[in-house]
Amino acid sequence: MASTARRLSLRFVALGYLLALLGAPVAMIFYRTFEHGLAPVWSAVTQPNAIHAFWLSVELVAIVVPLNTVFGIGMALLIERGRFRGRWLLGLLLDLPFAISPVVVGLALVLVYGRTGWFGNWLTAHSIQVIFSIPGMVLATAFVSLPFVARETVPVLHELGTDAEQAAATLGASAWQTFRRVTLPAIRWGVVYGVVLTTARALGEFGAVSIVSGRLEGQTQTLPLYVQDRFENFDTAGAYAAAVVLALLAFATLLGMNLLARRTHRDTVV
Amino acid sequence: MAIEVHNVSKHFGTFTALDDVSVRVDDGALMALLGPSGSGKSTLLRIIAGLETPDTGNVSIEGQDLTQAPARTRGVGFVFQHYAPFKHMTVHDNVAFGLTVRRAPKAEVNERVAELLRLVRLDGLAKRYPSQLSGGQLQRMALARALAPQPKVLLLDEPFGALDVQVRGELREWLRRLHEEIHVTTIFVTHDQEEAMDVAGQIVVMNGGRVEQTGTPHELYENPRNEFVMSFIGPVNRLGDALLRPHDIQILPYPDTSTVEALVRRVVHLGFEVRVELTLPDGRDIWAQVTRETAAELELAEGQILAARLPAPRVFA
Repeated sequence: MASTARRLSLRFVALGYLLALLGAPVAMIFYRTFEHGLAPVWSAVTQPNAIHAFWLSVELVAIVVPLNTVFGIGMALLIERGRFRGRWLLGLLLDLPFAISPVVVGLALVLVYGRTGWFGNWLTAHSIQVIFSIPGMVLATAFVSLPFVARETVPVLHELGTDAEQAAATLGASAWQTFRRVTLPAIRWGVVYGVVLTTARALGEFGAVSIVSGRLEGQTQTLPLYVQDRFENFDTAGAYAAAVVLALLAFATLLGMNLLARRTHRDTVV
Repeated sequence: MAIEVHNVSKHFGTFTALDDVSVRVDDGALMALLGPSGSGKSTLLRIIAGLETPDTGNVSIEGQDLTQAPARTRGVGFVFQHYAPFKHMTVHDNVAFGLTVRRAPKAEVNERVAELLRLVRLDGLAKRYPSQLSGGQLQRMALARALAPQPKVLLLDEPFGALDVQVRGELREWLRRLHEEIHVTTIFVTHDQEEAMDVAGQIVVMNGGRVEQTGTPHELYENPRNEFVMSFIGPVNRLGDALLRPHDIQILPYPDTSTVEALVRRVVHLGFEVRVELTLPDGRDIWAQVTRETAAELELAEGQILAARLPAPRVFA
């Protein structure tokens, strides 16, 4: 009896926590957005600036996610399969983006690449603009979403062990063939999960991008920045609508990866 | 000479895995590396395969020094202890791997894979995944995969270690026959002396990173060079410094000048073999191995006092 009561109360607390933290706010946003019907929402999200912000966010994700996926897999291989001293240091460095506040990242990028920064003169001389334009935003987004793929892949690589890879080597496979045909298929779910997290993080990034972008309306304004801009200008309808788009994008990412995972899984493993 | 290992040493940190080991394997031989765990036998196998590099010494295969060659260029087939299957590939694709990485034509690959699956009696299971195979089937798949690129030598690490007793016996027999059929130079690692003697023509007994003795199962059994080999290859009784084999102890109904008195402490029936535990007049315990028939004739029973004739014991300096 006591244990049943304990189990029930544990469940209640867990669900209550989730509801208070996640369920209620998300539901509220959806409710506020659609309380006057679809028409105002549609007109809010079809504003030119909103559409521009949407595509800019998509563009950033499209650049950053492949970059960080390749880097993340390479990093995971180095950490898990490398044979050199100080590998633990590499792991520590990799976690830095988790530890540093995004605002600090943004400021640091301005200090290095800004007009008065270290490379400022050189960049100006070659008329390359990093800060207040796309390259800076890519750097900022890439930095904050850096660890996910590697962090998800390392434990899978560890679990996999080296037997299959060594078997491939004795069968005459080159390092690339071994990676492509043995390692990658075995770690793909770790990588996929890392990609989902990277996408979600890149999509939602606010702090660092807020600083390096300069928040130029219709130019360097991403979807999260657009939401904040609408909110600050008392256009709550516009802010809610854009927020819902952002949330739906995140849902779509999770759902898409989930479906993909399920289908491929059914095909290969019974 | 198919494989020559010269003065190989290997350390892992402060642990000495191999200490100046030399081994020669004849063309077409079936050889066992036998020893307790930590004796260095697996390390030696991995060094031959190129999966580890020796600190000193060299390895040549078919007269070619391959000490520095990477595993993939050595032409060595390796069967891992836990088979190391490619879990996301079918049995067919697993076996085909060594051929497809060499970009062999598809028709040729399919033909060779079908032939190998017949050889290891897995035909009909080509479309299965490793997760759908039993331990014995995985073992045979791993063997077919290793044989596919026609290796110069075949190396097996504890090939029967992870299987249950019944399957182990069948696979031993089958491996020996397979070797007769395809005659590829084969080395396998085992810690089981019976397995080594059953399957191999030549045995290298290893202990503490060194080779204790090399020879045929018969030679090792009859003329062990030292105490370790004698006690590792077959059962022994220890009487002080002396070692004697339990089956060399004769039990007689009546004493004579060459016998000693022995009290039967326990009689254990193990099928054909009967194990008789005895206490000698000086209080020392030994055991003797007799046949079922002898035990019946003598009507062996606990508490009985019999005559035992001990063989000349071996004493190793």
